[in-house]
Amino acid sequence: MALLTVRGLSKRYEGFALENASFTLEAGYIMGFIGRNGAGKTTTLKSMLGLVSADAGQVWIDGMDFRKEEFACKQRIGVSFGGADYYPRARLSDIASVTRRFYPDWDGAVYRELCGRFDLDENKRVRQLSAGMKVKFSLALALSHRAKLLILDEPTSGLDPVSRDELVELFQRIVEDGEHSVLFSTHITSDLEKCADYITYIQDGRITASCDRDSFTGAYRLVRGAASQLTPELLPRLMGVRRHAFGFTALAEAADLPLLSGLEIAPADLESIMIHTSKEGFSHEASAV
Amino acid sequence: MDILVSNTSDTPIYQQIYEQLRSQILAGTLKSDACLPPIRTAAAELRVSVITVKKAYEALEREGLLYAVTGRGTFVAPLRAAEREDRRARLAEEALARELSRCKALGLGKAEALALVERLYGD
Repeated sequence: MALLTVRGLSKRYEGFALENASFTLEAGYIMGFIGRNGAGKTTTLKSMLGLVSADAGQVWIDGMDFRKEEFACKQRIGVSFGGADYYPRARLSDIASVTRRFYPDWDGAVYRELCGRFDLDENKRVRQLSAGMKVKFSLALALSHRAKLLILDEPTSGLDPVSRDELVELFQRIVEDGEHSVLFSTHITSDLEKCADYITYIQDGRITASCDRDSFTGAYRLVRGAASQLTPELLPRLMGVRRHAFGFTALAEAADLPLLSGLEIAPADLESIMIHTSKEGFSHEASAV
Repeated sequence: MDILVSNTSDTPIYQQIYEQLRSQILAGTLKSDACLPPIRTAAAELRVSVITVKKAYEALEREGLLYAVTGRGTFVAPLRAAEREDRRARLAEEALARELSRCKALGLGKAEALALVERLYGD
């Protein structure tokens, strides 16, 4: 069953518009939400949760309409936004005792167990926590009210590789029972190569893909070739062509494979797809001489 | 049960898992009716996505090498010894044929190829 359904979510700002965002996340899976800075990841997440008021669209959480049953919906989700920090001088135990009042389903035993598992000392103050520990603390709070869906905005950014790896494993353990799901935005694509079942890709306020990761990456190939191979017939079929002194690199659709004979063809990873589908990253063409 | 996943290989990860399990089933290292780890546990252990493991298990199920029992798990299909031999031989033949055609393209003669196999196989 779908734990999260987003339909036609739109939000207009001056100079930026989130248009008709739609995607679904089943229970028991991890979805990576990717896009460049400013593409609309945070706007999408905030509009979903009513933190900014959307102009149009609907959101269902665990089968409930978010607008009609906001309170019940919020019991099922745990949210962590980068930048929205806890009061730095407060002790963890104080924050937990404030948080629990909002959640009838709060389970103190689960909270204590998670603190133990994450090595969180309840007597510490927020400012004494490392960035990784802060994320773990917000996860502990989310899981203690039995949230089924975790919505995390860039939880791994700013963390060292070891902490990120720990967090990725934690996400996998969270969805292991098949009932929890994690939706997290990031641009650290290597984290997603490890754990994401689904990818939702947003470009300039529009969701251009939302599907399982292998289908997403499998739709593209990374091609390399000599400058002379960049024929006028081939050029329009390629994305984000980067010419350099020794040849070119570009992204092609897997469907165009027959056109690519003679070129070096490699599987495309998330990072190269993001880079090559964002053409403005290639204004420095042919500068290497 | 051993599975080694390489993130740098060109072979898709689900295929790596699929091929390694298939080898172990056909070689008899994984015995009939042995219980495989749940998909989600295997995914977390291997640090790969759930869907990746699911795809590998499903492909093996389609080929009759695994069977799933709802609510209980996934198990190694009981194959008759003759059938297992047969499938193993067929896979080995395919693999060898593929490599041999490359050797032929390099102009390797039959005697040379046989000598090479003799030398490389070891004891």
